[in-house]
Amino acid sequence: MTTRKALLEAHNLVVKRGGTEVLRIPEFDLREHETVALIGPNGTGKSSLMLALAGLLQLAAGEIRYHGDPIILSGDTTAFRRRIAMVFQEPLLFDATVYDNVASGLKLRGISAIETRARVESCLERFRITHLAGRSARRLSGGEAQRTSLARAFATKPEVILLDEPFVSLDPPTRQVLMDDLEQVLRESGTTALIATHDQLEALRLADRMAVMHEGRIVQSGTPAAVMNEPANAFVATFVGMENILTGTIVSAGGGLLSLEVAGKSLEIVGSGAAGERVVLCAHPEHVVVTTIDPDHRTSARNVFSGTVTRIVPLGPVNKVYLDCGFPLVAAVTGQSLAELQLAVGSRIFASFKATSVRLFRKG
Amino acid sequence: MELILEGFRMAWHLLVTLDKEVLSVTLLSLKVSGLATLISLLVGVVGGTGIALAEFPGKKLLVSVVNTSMGLPPVVVGLFVTIMLWRNGPFGSWEILYTPSAMVIAQTVIASPIVMGISIAAIQNLPPNLRLQILALGASRPQMVWLLVREARLPLLAGIMAGFGGVISEVGASIMVGGNIKGYTRVLTTATVMETGKGNFDTAIALGIILLVLCFVINYLLTMVQQRERPR
Repeated sequence: MTTRKALLEAHNLVVKRGGTEVLRIPEFDLREHETVALIGPNGTGKSSLMLALAGLLQLAAGEIRYHGDPIILSGDTTAFRRRIAMVFQEPLLFDATVYDNVASGLKLRGISAIETRARVESCLERFRITHLAGRSARRLSGGEAQRTSLARAFATKPEVILLDEPFVSLDPPTRQVLMDDLEQVLRESGTTALIATHDQLEALRLADRMAVMHEGRIVQSGTPAAVMNEPANAFVATFVGMENILTGTIVSAGGGLLSLEVAGKSLEIVGSGAAGERVVLCAHPEHVVVTTIDPDHRTSARNVFSGTVTRIVPLGPVNKVYLDCGFPLVAAVTGQSLAELQLAVGSRIFASFKATSVRLFRKG
Repeated sequence: MELILEGFRMAWHLLVTLDKEVLSVTLLSLKVSGLATLISLLVGVVGGTGIALAEFPGKKLLVSVVNTSMGLPPVVVGLFVTIMLWRNGPFGSWEILYTPSAMVIAQTVIASPIVMGISIAAIQNLPPNLRLQILALGASRPQMVWLLVREARLPLLAGIMAGFGGVISEVGASIMVGGNIKGYTRVLTTATVMETGKGNFDTAIALGIILLVLCFVINYLLTMVQQRERPR
């Protein structure tokens, strides 16, 4: 991944709004064909970074480079803006039909009617809104409107697409389906994408790389597994929440149960898939049970691993207990249990989780 | 009571027989106010869009001045334009006082701030990120301004109709700079004032009905426009 060419880069970026510094990014880049998730709480500068990368914000310092060439923001940036696309939280559609909305970016570029028609039709199909082509944008549901907005952005065949929390105002089922479609379009088109979200599952699902933002800075950036398993600081740790991220391979599948291999150990997980598939497993620390005696024959937990305690972080009523079982695991243990089990760094333990308490994501 | 009924009966007669006098007065009204509105459209929409999109010191003050001017008293405008066009005034050499041209000027002065004020509000009421979205779609600056104006077309249309409604029904300025000359500068409002003064209620009522119908049509269209929603 590191060998991929940087497409869009920010160097020593500083953005001020109303005299206050809202963004300070020493280095950030988007490489060809990768999807990067920008995660962080609201008001942390994700939108500002996206607007800056899109050439839509005046910079107090620093520069944006595209294909290695700096973008001169004081001049005419139209040519640069025509090679990228941005989708906002709100669909921001024009008061026109769905078709005309999707065609609008192409019209601005003066693309011929024949090619416009072909591209619009293909995008309507990819986002499954062909049946809405003639409908007024005023009469769309939230999901349909955001699909139109995405289709409008992809119709221009951008080299880079910046997505600023495009699903945030949608209800969970709509969001889920739309995310599936976006994932597929991104994979098929190979468009380089930066997607801002405050949902770590969304990030995990779509991203090759993840950048965590806090107070206008990128505090950590790396693969989703790296960010989630080895949070750079307490903020990232708290923010990502789901700390058990394991990569593995499906060994066999049957009866709704999967056998997996993770770091040389075998796991059983409820889910579907085919042997040989690479998957990412996620479990909340709350679902990892720690005992000092082998619970193999006494609990319903199928997955039991022996290991040692590497670190204990007290977090109020709950302690985060970091374990090494041949792969890293984090368990949430109450203060009372911690005392009863007499856990300390170096303690030999057994960690277990139920086959139903793990989330599974297919990896590319 | 009988006076009123008789007035309506006569008025109806004047309307259905397309009385020449009534017709000419109505046509001149539409011509003068229509032309004034057209000029206000150019001044108001262009100026209003410019003010709404530009950032400059004193912008709030300027917007306040425009908004205050939306309610300029027609007689004050009439007085001002009369002075300007008076024989010894700055534009006295044009010799257009007491002509329809003078009425168009006075009505343009009244309607322009109305159109401009509503244009500023229309552009400013668009979603704040729409400008950025349009730029992100690859629009050049002129394309962006054009698309914003197109998105605000309904409230802009409302502004234009409000401007037209304001001038077709004003009397003070028209009578001062036009002079209510029969067959030359006599319009619906000035004729109504005169006919009422002379006790010719039938003609006055006929003219009043035409004016009311025009105002109703304008307001009906305005309401239709205002009740349409923007897309998400």
